[in-house]
Amino acid sequence: MNKLNGVHLRHNKKTRNCETKIFPPPKKVTIPMSQSMGAPCICLVGKGDHVDVGQKIGDTDVFMSAPVHSSVSGTVTEIADYLLPNGSVCKAAVIETDGQQTMCPDISVPQITDRKSLIAAVRESGMTGLGGAGFPTHVKLGFDPSKTPVDTLVVNAAECEPYITSDYREMMECADDVIGGILLIQKHLNIPMCKLCIEDNKPDAIKLMTEKTADIKSIDIAVLPSQYPQGAEKVIVYSATGRIIAEGELPVNQGVLVMNVSTVSGVYRYSKDGIPLINRRITADGTAVTKNAGNYLVPIGTPVSEILAYCSAEDAEKVLYGGPMMGLCLYDTDQPVVKNNNAILAFKHGKVPETTACIRCGRCVAACPLRLMPLMIESAYNAKDVAELKRLKVSLCMNCGCCSYVCPAHRPLAEINRLAKAMLPRK
Amino acid sequence: MKGLYISPSPHRTDNISTAKIMLTVIIALLPAAAAGCVFFGPRAAAVLAVCVISCIVFEALCRIVMKKPQTISDLSAIVTGLLLGMNLPATVPFYIPVIGSFIAIVIVKQLFGGIGQNFANPAITARIVLMLSFTPQMSVWVKPYWYSGTLDAVTGATPLAEKWLYYTENGVNYKMAPFTLSEMFWGETGGCIGETCAAMLILGGLFLIITKVISAATPVAFIGSFALLTFIYTGSLNETVYGVLAGGLLIGAFFMATDYATTPVTAKGKVVFGIGCGVITFIIRTFGSFPEGVSFSILLMNLLTPYIDRLTAAVPFGAKKSSKN
Repeated sequence: MNKLNGVHLRHNKKTRNCETKIFPPPKKVTIPMSQSMGAPCICLVGKGDHVDVGQKIGDTDVFMSAPVHSSVSGTVTEIADYLLPNGSVCKAAVIETDGQQTMCPDISVPQITDRKSLIAAVRESGMTGLGGAGFPTHVKLGFDPSKTPVDTLVVNAAECEPYITSDYREMMECADDVIGGILLIQKHLNIPMCKLCIEDNKPDAIKLMTEKTADIKSIDIAVLPSQYPQGAEKVIVYSATGRIIAEGELPVNQGVLVMNVSTVSGVYRYSKDGIPLINRRITADGTAVTKNAGNYLVPIGTPVSEILAYCSAEDAEKVLYGGPMMGLCLYDTDQPVVKNNNAILAFKHGKVPETTACIRCGRCVAACPLRLMPLMIESAYNAKDVAELKRLKVSLCMNCGCCSYVCPAHRPLAEINRLAKAMLPRK
Repeated sequence: MKGLYISPSPHRTDNISTAKIMLTVIIALLPAAAAGCVFFGPRAAAVLAVCVISCIVFEALCRIVMKKPQTISDLSAIVTGLLLGMNLPATVPFYIPVIGSFIAIVIVKQLFGGIGQNFANPAITARIVLMLSFTPQMSVWVKPYWYSGTLDAVTGATPLAEKWLYYTENGVNYKMAPFTLSEMFWGETGGCIGETCAAMLILGGLFLIITKVISAATPVAFIGSFALLTFIYTGSLNETVYGVLAGGLLIGAFFMATDYATTPVTAKGKVVFGIGCGVITFIIRTFGSFPEGVSFSILLMNLLTPYIDRLTAAVPFGAKKSSKN
């Protein structure tokens, strides 16, 4: 088995021992109708409506989507346009909280008895991949076992991005939920084997999970080397099972289902209490955070500015949703925490280093986990040579950012890969 | 709250820059350059200085004339100047290093677009042009410590140009090298300023490998293939080691065949490049009319670099080979 390339990053996981604190509901939340990969929801509430905690406020008929719920009780003050970080616009419900946090009376514990009822329940929970991509979980679980039989559940607890410790805290604080979720999914989807994948820089989590699963034969703890991007889907599947997800394939084509560890335990908690995805754990950290760096359970829709204020990070020049390697920049600190944010990172310095000429050192080629050639992709992109871009397989790029990270000329190679992909004709 | 910076990911970069890489190369070259100055005296230091200064000046002037951002701070012109100077004899008249710097920086590097864009190694190309244009001045080889005034003869020959001594004793044929391997290793022979001291070149090369500025693949393939062919041809380990230590092989293998812009970026390509250099060097030295072939071998392989890169590119992870379109 060939080792995949990657980079070694400083981990900066100084919040690893910060136990999760509950972040108080803010005065106002903004809940976007698009919080998962796929179609945006249609807003089910209007201006002036009263909503309760856990009430469904957005849903859609489109399969590739997940409903959204209110994280607070209060009054809808506005249905506003919200500019998503990817540049598209969706509706968002702005809710003024009443401080009561009244639970929605509709909430009930779901009856999960088989594959179908599990998938239906997961859809109602509004669960999406909590690791970052925000793939609707019910879509992932809804694979067709007659076409793509799955024999291995890969639970991604690599958490290879610097700073972020939210998945680590999930394992340390909710180990039983993680195991419960794995067993629940294994039972109803008939998946005989589970690989719980943890990077070797988390020895306490490895120890705890190994102890807890000692008597469970169907769960195997896979200790993976700490190398970025260990947690990327294709990389973790290869590291854990040796299987290669080929061009255009999904993990299920190789008999693998990949789920983030917090998603798995979130599914389990929903199966027990019926409370949909209305809050999530985030790591608040970064060089601009001057106090209270740590892990917080935050109501979805909370303005990031409240977290920055709590952490005295108002001087930040750059604020990220997610980690420093793949995270998205906030354009405004009033943007809300959404389902797939695993961290809010605030940095003192936001300027990008000046770009100089490519010296053809080949570091990008040596760093790319997928063995692409970013420097050649850049030349082909500049020449608008679509045939060459196809030959160079730019479509495989997963935007891990290793190429830009190692570039001594600070060329925006990962960005160019993204632009080059957009240049390819859509199938 | 003040405005926020927006940029695409990643938001972190490794602590490295072109200038830092070039500085590492300069540091790696200094021991061998210093050894050259010890053996060949203040004159050698002056040649190196003229090369470095004229390279910087030509680079700066080019960027001004071409109305492009100034690039002398990336230190690459210093590397080119140092390498060019180390590839010249200590006694060359000072206009020669200036002409060489002009060829290296203006013609080979800047006219093709500057750093990273040139297809041929600037220092090597300049050395070849000077060798062919100023053959007499470029073939004066002074003996080590010639400047001390205690030697009977000032000029000698290089380890490659000097004839081996053949003699027969008690019916057995012997062949004696003009220099001992110890002299060759420490560099107390005639030759270009920076190419004679094998010990310091190896030290600098290892430093570049340890600091991951270069890959060991190229020098190992270059020196290895040359040594293997020489050993097969001569059958003598002594002659093989002599050949490796002689001439520009080590400076070429560690410092010129590893130049980023003009050599392959793929791991396999670096090996192919090194083997190609080793084979061509062996052929020129053994069968050619020139005593030395390192410069020509590297220049020839420079021309093949784009093809080597293309033919040795790794298959991307998960790529389907069949789908060519």
